[in-house]
Amino acid sequence: MSTMLLAWAITAAQVILGAAIACSFWRLVQGPRAQDRVLGFDTLYVNVMLVIITLGVQTGRMVYYEAALVIALLGFSTTVALAKFLMRGEVIE
Amino acid sequence: MIQAPELPLWGALIVALLLLLGAAITLIGSIGLLRLRSFQQRMHAPTLGSTLGTGSILLGSMICFSLLQSRLAIHEILVALFLTLTTPVGFMLLARAALFRSRERAGAIPDQPPRQGETKRVE
Amino acid sequence: MKRLIPYPLMTLALVAMWLLLNQSVAPVHLFMGFILALAATWITVPLGIEPPNIRLSLAIPRLALAVLHDIVRSNIAVARIILSRDARTTSGFVRIPLDTRNRYCLAVLACIITATPGTIWMEHDSRRNILMLHVLDLVDENHWIGIVKQRYERLLMEIFV
Repeated sequence: MSTMLLAWAITAAQVILGAAIACSFWRLVQGPRAQDRVLGFDTLYVNVMLVIITLGVQTGRMVYYEAALVIALLGFSTTVALAKFLMRGEVIE
Repeated sequence: MIQAPELPLWGALIVALLLLLGAAITLIGSIGLLRLRSFQQRMHAPTLGSTLGTGSILLGSMICFSLLQSRLAIHEILVALFLTLTTPVGFMLLARAALFRSRERAGAIPDQPPRQGETKRVE
Repeated sequence: MKRLIPYPLMTLALVAMWLLLNQSVAPVHLFMGFILALAATWITVPLGIEPPNIRLSLAIPRLALAVLHDIVRSNIAVARIILSRDARTTSGFVRIPLDTRNRYCLAVLACIITATPGTIWMEHDSRRNILMLHVLDLVDENHWIGIVKQRYERLLMEIFV
């Protein structure tokens, strides 16, 4: 009973997060300016990380948590690099 | 793929509520990304997902793993810590970059800030 | 002692992070974490960053509670704006003259302000020490000036001396 409830709740949460990913992906594709796309990407990686954490709860395995950690770190450095690119037009000066 | 770990009923209820709440808040943040009008306004929307949304999903995951292993599993705090420290930095850099770009192309953004020099002092 | 452990707080935080990553407090992990943390802090010594002077007081939990409370409250406020019929608000910039010049104060203040939905730290004029914020729901400028100065800056100046 409780397992069934939790299973449905997790699936519902994943569907909701999927909709959130679609929204941020739309902003990433649509623009209109470059900073909007970077903002969309930033939201996208946070949402994907959250889906991966719910996958970890679903399967009860720790591997997903490490994947989430890696995504958080790589996403941050990507945002910083892109913001710097927008500012200067170059990443490495 | 409908499956879930076996938890006692109260634990399952709490975890389910936290996950749904976090997902809903994140969705609202992402909808804001679509609905708000200018870039400066849109900058505020994703913060919802990266604060309360992430917070409650991670709390749910922490409770789930603590119950599963019957010991305190707080390793998810690390993800929350990284995220709360890094997303503000990323947003600040992005905001500054956008400000710089809109000053370069003045008038492109409705709520253009006053330039340096013609400052409106607020005491 | 100061040469051996140049940044005690940083070392402690790195050891804690290592233990969390390994999910154990076994002596092996404690030892390894300590060695790594020391190595990492020794490498940063040539950068010449002065360690923060943190005064342990009740101001730290009070600031944490205030920030948590504000994050939850402004999450609800921003969600309400997004879900309102036409999602139209008056957003704008607010300039706030600050009292502190302590760089740790400013850094923590920047993280608090940006992490709270509805406000973003845009610019800090270090010459005149004026901070520029962008606020999503700008009704009264003095309200935001009061929050930043009374709620955050005063407590931060008590913590970092």
